[in-house]
Amino acid sequence: MDSTADEDKILISVKNIHFRYEYTPVLIDVSFTIHSGDFLAIIGPNGSGKTTLLKIILRLLKPSLGKVRIMGKPAEEFEDWPAIGYVPQKATHVDPLFPVSVKEVVAMGLFSSKRISLPVNRKEESAAVQNALCQVGLSSFRNRRIGKLSAGQQQRVFIARAIVNRPRILFLDEPTTGVDAETQERFYDMLDQLNKKEGITIALITHDIGIINKHVTKVACLNQKLVYHGTHEDFCRSEAFKEMLTAGHHLISHRH
Amino acid sequence: MVESFLSYGFLQRALAAGIFIALACAILGVFLILRRDAMFAHGLAHVTFAGVALGLFLNMMPLAMALLIAILAALGILTLKKKAGLYGDTAIGIFSSVGMAAGILLASLARSFNVDLFSYLFGEILAIETSEVLLSIGLVIVVLLIVIVYYRKFLYLTFDSESAKASGIKAYRFDILLSVLTAVTIVLGMKVVGLLLVAALVVIPAAAALQVSASFRKALILSSLVAVVSVVFGLFLAFYLDLPASATIVLLCFFFFLLFYAVKRIKKVS
Ligand SMILES: Nc1ncnc2c1ncn2[C@@H]1O[C@H](COP(=O)(O)OP(=O)(O)OP(=O)(O)O)[C@@H](O)[C@H]1O
Ligand SMILES: [Mg+2]
Repeated sequence: MDSTADEDKILISVKNIHFRYEYTPVLIDVSFTIHSGDFLAIIGPNGSGKTTLLKIILRLLKPSLGKVRIMGKPAEEFEDWPAIGYVPQKATHVDPLFPVSVKEVVAMGLFSSKRISLPVNRKEESAAVQNALCQVGLSSFRNRRIGKLSAGQQQRVFIARAIVNRPRILFLDEPTTGVDAETQERFYDMLDQLNKKEGITIALITHDIGIINKHVTKVACLNQKLVYHGTHEDFCRSEAFKEMLTAGHHLISHRH
Repeated sequence: MVESFLSYGFLQRALAAGIFIALACAILGVFLILRRDAMFAHGLAHVTFAGVALGLFLNMMPLAMALLIAILAALGILTLKKKAGLYGDTAIGIFSSVGMAAGILLASLARSFNVDLFSYLFGEILAIETSEVLLSIGLVIVVLLIVIVYYRKFLYLTFDSESAKASGIKAYRFDILLSVLTAVTIVLGMKVVGLLLVAALVVIPAAAALQVSASFRKALILSSLVAVVSVVFGLFLAFYLDLPASATIVLLCFFFFLLFYAVKRIKKVS
């Protein structure tokens, strides 16, 4: 295999990451890579360090030990923020009184990237916002106050915000918590589209094993240590999967 | 009537300074309230009192001294919140009480519980000097420009600081910027409505606008309108009815708050 071409395809590389909050170790020696085009599911029980790992990749937390590289650069030197989209866990805890329209929320994503945030080109801006809202099926809601949308709709607005810059990689932390089964289905179809048609790499934290069979190409299973990392076909045959099925059945089967 | 109102030089100066300061207060107020930091302005106003007293005590430039102390206090509150893990309102509580205590001590040492100090406490907009008007306008323009230029970043951080940080916005820098801008605005606002009421100009117009606004842009515009109309109309009333200007301005702001609250209730019912 041509190793430089392979290097090019690595968007995120995590090497020997250790992390602790005060005295509690949360992550122990975690290493893995995310390749361009992956649709990766990160799974693991509550408190296993999934959100922590994601925050380390996004530089919201500093690892105690280890290195993160983003698109070939050490994380500290990485500057191309528009290439990364992020939908945090519990993004739906929106202050219902915050006077901000759906359109304005999506536009936040656009301007965060620029040094100066004056609207440079209003037409381009509103086209990008409109396009992102179309992709999540919410274009008719653009002038609504965000607090007046349902939790699932709000979640989709946050996804629109995360993709408005046309990122290369999209991180989602339990995006379907509190979303009904039918909307979940449409939601994952939408992620599929973003992944296959738009070529956006996706890394998704989830407790929903059901979606793994249908949509994802790779699985990382975390429980402080990285228990498993590989293709989803192999995962279904692996020891880690069997263990999860027996030990953590309640965890796997809970649906909202 | 309006013509004769405007023919007085001191009223022109009061209007010019008042309108600009009202704008800055109204815009910063929207951000502060939504960050649950409404009391920040209130606390800084108290600390500024210590700055003024220090200036009077040392007998040098109370306004400059107040500016310095207010900025230091703003940074202090921010640091205490971050580093000592205090809730925002606790840090503000500490600073505002210490500020008041220091102010009272200094003022009594300087034996300057006199007209000077009271003019800072209650505002002396009708006695404002041209140099102070120009200073206010200049600084307020800087405040407004910074808010306009970094509008999206401030909005993003206010709405969802974690995502904002994840998209590369340096949150702490903007916290510092917003705190310093607020400190500058409070000190200038002190000239208009006085320390005791300046926090009202930050909080009430913004709170009124938040009653009825569906978008952030509208909230900023409405808040500015409420503040500016209150200052202009308040000065007008104060002049013709011989009322204290600062109190009239603040009560007008509150009138708008009640009005918008009523509008919201009526909208809900219908
Ligand atoms: N701010 C914090 N201070 C101290 N410990 C924390 C903090 N945040 C998380 N932890 C601890 O770190 C561990 C990992 O938390 P993390 O949020 O990464 O888990 P998770 O895998 O995302 O769980 P979940 O499925 O519940 O979202 C947990 O044991 C938690 O108690
Ligand atoms: Mg989590």
